[in-house]
Amino acid sequence: MITRIELALKRGYTDAEANKIGASIRDLGIKSIEQVSFFRVFYLLGELGVQEQQRIAAELLADRVTDEFAIDSFVVRPHSGKAWSVEVTYNRGVTDLVAQTTFKGIQDLGISTVQEVKTARRYEFVGNLSEAEKELIAQKLLVNKVIEHVKNPDETLFFPALDPEFKIITVPLLGADDAELLRISRERDLFLNLIEMQTIQNHFRSLKREPTDIELEMLAQTWSEHCSHKTLTGRIEFEGESIDNLLKQTIFRVTKELNKPWCVSVFKDNAGIIKFDENYHICFKVETHNHPSAMEPYGGANTGIGGVIRDPLGTGLGAKPIINSDVFCFGPVDVPHSILPKGVLHPKRVMQGVVAGVRDYGNRMGIPTNNGAICFDERYIGNPLVYCGNVGLIPVDKCEKEIISGDWIVVVGGRTGRDGIHGATASSGELHSESEGTWSGAVQIGNPIVEKKLVDTLMQARDLGLYRAITDCGAGGLSSAVGELAKTSGAQVELDAVPLKYHGLSYMEIWISEAQERMVIFVAPEKLDTVLALFASEDVEATVIGKVTADKKIHLRYRGVQVGELQMDFLHDGMPKPVRRAQWQAPKIEEQGSSDPADLAPALHAILAAPNVCSKEWVIRQYDHEVQGGSVLKPLLGAENDGPGNASITRPLLNSYRAVVLSNGLNPKYGLIDPYHMASSAIDEAVRNIIAVGGSLDRIALLDNFCWGNTDKPDRLGSLVRAARACYDIAKIYGTPFISGKDSLNNEYQTDSGETIAIPPTLLISAIAVMEDARKAVSMDLKAAGNSIYAVGLTRKELGGSHYYEVLGLTSAAVPQVDGQRARRIFEAVSSAIQEDTVRACHDCSEGGLGVALAEMAFAGGLGAEVDLAAVPRSSDVRQNDWILFSESNSRFVCEVEADKKQEFEKCLSGCDFAEIGQVTAEPIFRATGLQGRLVVCENVLALKNSWQKTLKW
Amino acid sequence: MVERMKPRVLVLRAAGSNCDGETQFAFQHVGAQADLVHINRLLQGDIRLVDYQILAIPGGFTYGDDISAGKILANQLKYQLADQILAFHQSGKLIVGICNGFQVLVKAGMLPRVDTTAEQSVTLTFNDSGRFEDRWVELTANPKSVCVFTQEMPERVYFPVAHAEGKFVVQDSTVLAKLHENGQIVFRYCRPDGSEPTYPDNPNGSVDHIAGICDPTGRVLGLMPHPERHIDPTNHPQWTRRALRAEGDGVALFRNAVAYYA
Repeated sequence: MITRIELALKRGYTDAEANKIGASIRDLGIKSIEQVSFFRVFYLLGELGVQEQQRIAAELLADRVTDEFAIDSFVVRPHSGKAWSVEVTYNRGVTDLVAQTTFKGIQDLGISTVQEVKTARRYEFVGNLSEAEKELIAQKLLVNKVIEHVKNPDETLFFPALDPEFKIITVPLLGADDAELLRISRERDLFLNLIEMQTIQNHFRSLKREPTDIELEMLAQTWSEHCSHKTLTGRIEFEGESIDNLLKQTIFRVTKELNKPWCVSVFKDNAGIIKFDENYHICFKVETHNHPSAMEPYGGANTGIGGVIRDPLGTGLGAKPIINSDVFCFGPVDVPHSILPKGVLHPKRVMQGVVAGVRDYGNRMGIPTNNGAICFDERYIGNPLVYCGNVGLIPVDKCEKEIISGDWIVVVGGRTGRDGIHGATASSGELHSESEGTWSGAVQIGNPIVEKKLVDTLMQARDLGLYRAITDCGAGGLSSAVGELAKTSGAQVELDAVPLKYHGLSYMEIWISEAQERMVIFVAPEKLDTVLALFASEDVEATVIGKVTADKKIHLRYRGVQVGELQMDFLHDGMPKPVRRAQWQAPKIEEQGSSDPADLAPALHAILAAPNVCSKEWVIRQYDHEVQGGSVLKPLLGAENDGPGNASITRPLLNSYRAVVLSNGLNPKYGLIDPYHMASSAIDEAVRNIIAVGGSLDRIALLDNFCWGNTDKPDRLGSLVRAARACYDIAKIYGTPFISGKDSLNNEYQTDSGETIAIPPTLLISAIAVMEDARKAVSMDLKAAGNSIYAVGLTRKELGGSHYYEVLGLTSAAVPQVDGQRARRIFEAVSSAIQEDTVRACHDCSEGGLGVALAEMAFAGGLGAEVDLAAVPRSSDVRQNDWILFSESNSRFVCEVEADKKQEFEKCLSGCDFAEIGQVTAEPIFRATGLQGRLVVCENVLALKNSWQKTLKW
Repeated sequence: MVERMKPRVLVLRAAGSNCDGETQFAFQHVGAQADLVHINRLLQGDIRLVDYQILAIPGGFTYGDDISAGKILANQLKYQLADQILAFHQSGKLIVGICNGFQVLVKAGMLPRVDTTAEQSVTLTFNDSGRFEDRWVELTANPKSVCVFTQEMPERVYFPVAHAEGKFVVQDSTVLAKLHENGQIVFRYCRPDGSEPTYPDNPNGSVDHIAGICDPTGRVLGLMPHPERHIDPTNHPQWTRRALRAEGDGVALFRNAVAYYA
């Protein structure tokens, strides 16, 4: 039997879900809705008496104070007029977290007859809705058909447990011609090109047998762009030059040449490791989850953060996750629905889903999310970018793995389901309007509580020395994890031993599933019993699935039969190196001038309100940025806790003031002009944010994340070459090594008309630094009237890609550049000024330049500022007030200094471009005097703050 | 000798607890011995509550808060550990629940027990804003409260809240009247100048701006704000605007708990 229990908040309690849907319906332009009601629904499979049903409803599902419920009937909401009721439930096989928890809760009540639980949600709309409006509401607001559907009243919810008939599938490859090889690659979603298919064909010809499906799949996973980074490590023909392995020649090279003694492990494990103190190191990794987030924003972002947490967790013998970061690029949130290509979700819905996904996973894991950025551009409409980062803390003696044949291979954490099949290969291809249907298997929903339990248990097992190696199941699932970890030895895996979420998976699906929250550990035989007992004691599943061998082969078995066998050297080194062509040509951009208006306040308001500059408080507050108790500089700070911080500072060890500083730099608008200067500027921005809060240049490490269009196209790859070269040049001068990175190529979207939209070349630079004493930290809010304001660094006429030109609709090719040597001196000088306690506030100049920096400092401090633009250090061609105020030249800061510290501050800055430009005032007015001696800005800082806050105040 | 005087604190862990580390640190900071204990150890009897003096239920999202915040853990306490916990309380020992821990205590009927019944009479429901929010809040500590955790605490303290379901509501007005009458209201949200707040100073829409309550004995405390996140003076969001204080506002609460056993 099936029991249906429906619950709703009693009247008088705010129903946020109903209100949210109601508001979204009005956003769609539908005004006839009078009332929205929301109901939570539970279906229980199993024999239950009336009393048991009543107990489950009253003692488990309903809150005694706020909820009402109905068993096998509906909670009635009286209304006049026509009501439309819609029930939404998950598609078969999609993780239903609440159902799983409910199942446990029912057992805790001592009721054991319930076999399975499913949840749904019901909406009731009162109002005169046309059929077309109902369809619009259902499709745009209630259902994402990738994971859920409108439930039909007699639909089957529970299915009998059935396994497919076991049959080994071989793929006839030996006799295939080129067209046939390509057909096989396409039909099986392998994303392998002809040369790769031919290489596989030759390999199996030499073995004199046809490959099985699982062997082909494993090769496709391992050779995918996502796992192998073949484009950036292959050969590139660029402007008459042949580059063998671009990454090695730029990113890796700078790290090698800098040879910092505090770099512990770089570019070899799941995350880069640097020294923290004598007992601990820290590691940092940033990943992208773009394609899954485009299809299902909540699940995509959710598993993006869940996945990157497992990178430090799978580094060395496992790091404890201590900080999350997130950076997003979306389409403009105010675009009309009508212009969206088919199959594309509205950017606002993408953003809401992505933020909720990161929030729910990060908060439930108890990891502070305290650094990030959001960038909006029309070219991200079909291809949003979701970067998720995680910092981990690892004991110094737990950084190395040991692979020993005879050790048990144990999978720990979540179960394996059909989720995420083909994620690694899919993420290496372009999106198109059929994506949501064809790749529905690639959508995953995370279960943060399973991952939290996994972390808690693994940390104990690590400290007890219970395993010798660990890695995460990420893209490519067990196939990648075991294949990578046992690369130098070999492994035998019994696929039918892998615990499954439900019946029906084939041996091949088990091997390549990208189900979340799983890790693989290698355990010495004598430790196995202890490991299994420890995991059981924390309710975390741990299952032996195979053994490490010494024959350098991977053997896959199912129900006692071998279903696949591959040589490790062919799997990992057999891939033919691709050769790609690259070129770059500077775009033709008209050089336009601005009129230098007498009043610059309107422009300042417009820039502050621009989506890329405005307050992200709506997002930041939804993240727990204080959990773990070590927050020193928060993302929101100042007199009212709402100013924009430069970088976050966190103390991972509560009995120490040693701290981790985190920041990022991203400016795709510059990349459309010149990716070289975009990359230089991104590094400069990330670094100067760390300098601004009190970090020092000699302890900063960088991460690179390239998100690009289709690099099979020479112009896309050429722009990437330029960006990578800037990474080398600037990082070399700054002395800031790269310790980890990742690329996501093929971020293009094909519309129905066949037109291809590529994202702007987008390089995210994340910076991490170790700060010896967090009590030296400086925040960006102005502190006291009467203090002096200094501008540090040279302002040039660099308005290309600037927010000022954007709000005016003007263009210029003069993108901000970096003068590395000069910047380095400034960074060192500002650091020493902060170390000497001469700086009360410091803010970097970035989007919106000096004007925005000063305005933000003033309203964050609840104070005013009075500055003279004539005093600002600038190059001789800067002749207009608007250029001084809004140019986005790099390597600049604004500092607040107390009167009695001025001399010392100026001493620290000697040799740099700097000048005292004004003072802090008690009256909350921002006044700027122009070159002609007239006021060009005279504006109440609260009004400026209001402009800055209103855009994303949802 | 000194060791013996250290009260032992059991910081209860379950799937999804996540403020256990900083809660343990807060107790250690004021001289207690604090152990992180998984609920399975209590259920299986490997560890006994009776060997401890203070039970702390930390913040987090136990079991994902999937049905409602803290519900599954509350039912575990109510149906599987009721005897142990009742005996622990009746022997004069202390219990504190922070954030998710407060939600657990309320849903298990251990707070507020305005009259001796253990039936749930208040709850913590969805914030009026409809979403999770992390923000610092000004609080008044009620000097007339019977709560042992806040004795001689300064009347104004500053802690962060970080929750989606923190709106305190009561079953009916008699419960609220009893809470006042019994001195069970411990913390209330207020404006920076101490006056009556609106959103966001009252961050969730709690009735009567209530942020924390105790039972009639004063030995069971539950609160939504996180005192364990304001132990070090650098936790204060505006510490860079003023001289660094000697310690964070949260220390006093943990010190009072330890001092109770001195």
